[in-house]
Amino acid sequence: MIFEVFRQERRGQAFAHAGSIDAPDLEFAEAWAREQYGRRQESEALWVVPREAVREVHDFPDELSKTYHRVDGYSLKAKLKEARERAQTAESAGALSADG
Amino acid sequence: MDARTQEFVEYVQGGGQVETGDWMPDEYRAKLIKFIEMHGNSELMGVLPEREWILRAPTLQRKLALTAKVQDEVGHSQLIYRVVEDLGKPRSQCLQDLVDGRSKFHNVFHYPTKTWGDVGVIAWLVDAAAIISQKALLKCSYAPYARIMKKICWEESFHILHGRDVILTLMNGKDEQRALVQEAVDRWWGPLMTFHGTAIPADEDPMVFWRIKSQGNEEARQQFLDGYVPQIWELGLTVPDQELRKNDDGVWEYSEPDWDELKRVVTGHGPMTAERLEFRRRFLEQEAWVREVVLTEAA
Ligand SMILES: [Fe+2]
Ligand SMILES: [Fe+2]
Repeated sequence: MIFEVFRQERRGQAFAHAGSIDAPDLEFAEAWAREQYGRRQESEALWVVPREAVREVHDFPDELSKTYHRVDGYSLKAKLKEARERAQTAESAGALSADG
Repeated sequence: MDARTQEFVEYVQGGGQVETGDWMPDEYRAKLIKFIEMHGNSELMGVLPEREWILRAPTLQRKLALTAKVQDEVGHSQLIYRVVEDLGKPRSQCLQDLVDGRSKFHNVFHYPTKTWGDVGVIAWLVDAAAIISQKALLKCSYAPYARIMKKICWEESFHILHGRDVILTLMNGKDEQRALVQEAVDRWWGPLMTFHGTAIPADEDPMVFWRIKSQGNEEARQQFLDGYVPQIWELGLTVPDQELRKNDDGVWEYSEPDWDELKRVVTGHGPMTAERLEFRRRFLEQEAWVREVVLTEAA
């Protein structure tokens, strides 16, 4: 059986895929994983998962070009410029009328 | 070459990486299996010259360090055979082909380890030569192989330090110990100079074409010479090549290595080839019952 091993390097970090091992059952898999990925204390924790338990998912289409839920869907530069100019004009107009 | 293959070639040549489940040309898969399997074989066969010295190592510390190195190398072979297995060739088949002499392993592992000096030179210089190739493989177009190379390179750096420590201890010892190191350097120089292969230009190397490798053979050898000849010389050791020198343009010149010997050795006619393969075969057969028991119990 093939087991996928995920490894956490430091406390608080995400588990990242480390590699796979071939073992007859989970108990053996744990022993192998400890030897292969932990014998120099290079890991904080391991996840040992049968390969069949992993569902691999691909392809994330964006048929509707949904830009509104991404930061690159918002370009504020031109709008901000216009808003600032508007505010400035209003301010100087106000100042003029106060003078008069 | 059909359009799909053409597109694949452009993809890998442009730095693209391939995962196990991706479509790949048969030729690419076959080249990967052959190359990676030979690497796995070399890690596994490479422990035999060192294993012979575990019981004879001079101190308990050295025995433990050498045992740890052997465990690392066997671990490397396990990781590498896993990659081969996911490409379609089972590990049991790799091991069978190895002991039947149908697949190859690196030239340096076909030679005897005569003294403790050889053990130091192997860990220092043979591992150094190997790490140069392995570091270049971090950029391999086949991503699962490139990924395990990170862990392998990390462990290799301990091997080189262990080797240097053995060598420095001997060099700081008696004349007899220094002579032991010099004799070992003399013995290993030939195999080290052929280790990276003939100076085939990178654009004619099929492994480079598929971006399995990204480094030319001569480039690797030059890097080895540049990094390690000064380290050898500074200890008062000599290199058994009268032609060896660094030119003003930074390129190392050396006398033509013995390519015939390389060919003889890797095709199974090295001084220790038969004995070491026999050793592997014996253990493969002797331990068959363990695999059987474990697999039936798990089933
Ligand atoms: Fe190794
Ligand atoms: Fe090594």
